[in-house]
Amino acid sequence: MLPTFEHGIHPPTHKDETCGRAIHQFPFSPLMEIPLAQHTGKPARAIVREGESVIRGQCIAEPDGFMSTAMHAPVTGTVKRIGLMPSIRGEQVEGIYLETLRGSTQEVGESRPCDLTTSTPDEIINAIQAAGIVGLGGAAFPTHVKLRIPEDKDVDTLVINGVECEPYLTTDHRVMLEQPDDIFMGIRYLVKACGASRVIIGIEANKPDAAEALERLIPPDLDVTVQLLAVKYPQGAEKMLLKALLGREVPAGGLPLDVGAVVINVATTAEIGHLLPRGQGIQERVITISGPAIEKKGNYRIPIGTPLRFALEYAGLAEDVSEVFLGGPMMGQSLPSLDVPITKGTSGFVAFTRRETDARPKSFPCIHCGYCVEACPLFLNPCELGRLARKGEYEQMAANQRLFECFECGACSYVCPSHLPLVQSFRGAKSILRKAQT
Amino acid sequence: MSDTTLNIGSSPHIRSGHSVDLIMRNVVYALLPLCAFAVWLYGLAAVLVLLVAVISCVATEHWLSRSRTAASTIGDWSAVITGLLYGLTLPPSLPLWMVALGGFVGVALGKYLFGGLGYNAFNPALVGRAFLQAAFPASLTTWHPALLDDRFVSVPASLLAFPLARPDYDGISSATPLTLAKFEQELAVTPELLAGLHSGSLGESGAVLILAGGAYLAFRGMLNWRIPAAVLGTVAGASAIASSLSPGDYAGPVFMLFSGGLMLGAVFMATDMVASPLTHRGAIAYGVLIGMLIVVIRYWGGMPEGVMYAILLANAVSPHIDRHFQPGAPAWK
Repeated sequence: MLPTFEHGIHPPTHKDETCGRAIHQFPFSPLMEIPLAQHTGKPARAIVREGESVIRGQCIAEPDGFMSTAMHAPVTGTVKRIGLMPSIRGEQVEGIYLETLRGSTQEVGESRPCDLTTSTPDEIINAIQAAGIVGLGGAAFPTHVKLRIPEDKDVDTLVINGVECEPYLTTDHRVMLEQPDDIFMGIRYLVKACGASRVIIGIEANKPDAAEALERLIPPDLDVTVQLLAVKYPQGAEKMLLKALLGREVPAGGLPLDVGAVVINVATTAEIGHLLPRGQGIQERVITISGPAIEKKGNYRIPIGTPLRFALEYAGLAEDVSEVFLGGPMMGQSLPSLDVPITKGTSGFVAFTRRETDARPKSFPCIHCGYCVEACPLFLNPCELGRLARKGEYEQMAANQRLFECFECGACSYVCPSHLPLVQSFRGAKSILRKAQT
Repeated sequence: MSDTTLNIGSSPHIRSGHSVDLIMRNVVYALLPLCAFAVWLYGLAAVLVLLVAVISCVATEHWLSRSRTAASTIGDWSAVITGLLYGLTLPPSLPLWMVALGGFVGVALGKYLFGGLGYNAFNPALVGRAFLQAAFPASLTTWHPALLDDRFVSVPASLLAFPLARPDYDGISSATPLTLAKFEQELAVTPELLAGLHSGSLGESGAVLILAGGAYLAFRGMLNWRIPAAVLGTVAGASAIASSLSPGDYAGPVFMLFSGGLMLGAVFMATDMVASPLTHRGAIAYGVLIGMLIVVIRYWGGMPEGVMYAILLANAVSPHIDRHFQPGAPAWK
């Protein structure tokens, strides 16, 4: 029996469609759009002017405070405009438009490397912030913030998250297969920065080749274990991962730090291992483009800021496309339009045709079947939460039913035989309560 | 691609494929072998009673739902289940007009008045039967013998009784094992009892078929096996203790399990999702409660059978059980 957490669901993974495809370098779009807020926290501050020439990899926006991170030019070219641009959420956000220089070789400019042996933990944390690295699993939380361990906390374990439990996505899988050396280099930096004494790489059992590739290359001087985990959604959520690997339960509203662990996504680790020794910033990432409406499914190393329309034109979009979402089908967000850029937190795009979306069945009243209760990895009561949401009793949801612990994994909606929009109503309740507070 | 209109949906964008009508349809499938057994035991009478029961429930559901909204809700198949279950709890010689009336009351009072599917506090099939039990106690306790030779060519005269007229029982009534136990102290476990070849309600004696149907649904995740397990376990345990203390007075576990409506009630009635608790621990508490009520009513009550009232009482308690057995934290915390 492989370790795992209690409850959860088993959606079809659809990973075979792309996991065998090697990472392919994406061409440069003639125009790049780089929003300044691509991460959790404060937006970055632009440090270039309109008309200025930039070199690929050059820092174009600085972190604005500790809860912020840097942006780097994804192409060599000129700053066309700094202003509002459409975003994934639908609202207009501040960003930098870059025009790609035609005929450029697109060499990446380098700056001062962060040397592993001579740097202090603080210097590594600063270098990670300066490199603009955020959690590439989708949350886009600035990585350096996770590594700054408060005085009163003690970290003994660094967990590398290679679970990738979202259906369709195979970026982490490919990165583990193709960049094991970068991953171990990244682990060295992370261990030094956070002071953990041991490292566990958690991988879902449907990626045995990735586990093998990493296990073979474990450096003798590092205490690294590769641990296979049962295939179950949402195994990749931090709380579920820590429960499965360490048997530790993160308290409600708490962080992995509270149980002595730091969790870093495997692709983020690989980027750290790749960028820090070269003194570069993050200006491209690996994404999966998949789903029934995509012709050239696969994994692509794509410049951050590439307009989605350009990316999907390259990958080939079916005529009858009806829904495109960012990330996987469980937690991904539907896009209002294709005119949005790929950001650091974009782990992939999945496109559905009318066949998949029209098949959505009609809803029934809740029949109290309890499927959602057995699915919820946090042992919440989605049935009761849904009932309260339908009655508009949002305060009750927060006060008695732990609404704010829900991280919207979607397991309850997935299993609901009445097809009730459970997660959607929880999301609505949270945002109404948050608005009422301010 | 430039003029593509995109749909916007809220995550998750995929669904498991489970749906209410699928679950309900499978419950109907699971009941069909039992219906066939009832027809084999009672012939035409069983066909007519089941048919009228289903038609009255579905017609009531259709009529009431259409009276309020444009769409009929019979497509969810729940009224068919109610009709079948209700029919299976009835004596085979019950006048058909009573069958129709009970089906109407079950769905109208037991289900629609509470808000329809998902809101019924009680199992509608049992509400219908409880109404009949209160209104026509004599007809509900007059049992027709099983396996009569002419069962496929004629029906009991009482079946076609004129509405509101006193039904004429043709004098060939028979006693169920539970009646014999209650009033004649006959507690023997006979092969007929185990095989279900004795008189009783239409669908209550086919223990093997009931368990097989329940196992199919449990295997498909459409029935919480903890409820029947707790009910049957409690009844078996309690009767084992009681009968070992005083063998002449109390029926033993095998007799208790295979007589009356216990199997049908435990597997198909108590497990009504709407009227039973949400969590597994709640389901077990609920099942134990039903089991204890059954034992109490059967041993010390005035009636030979207590499954129906035990389940209805537990239905009423179910929301309170839910409140105590929330997911996650144990109830005693």
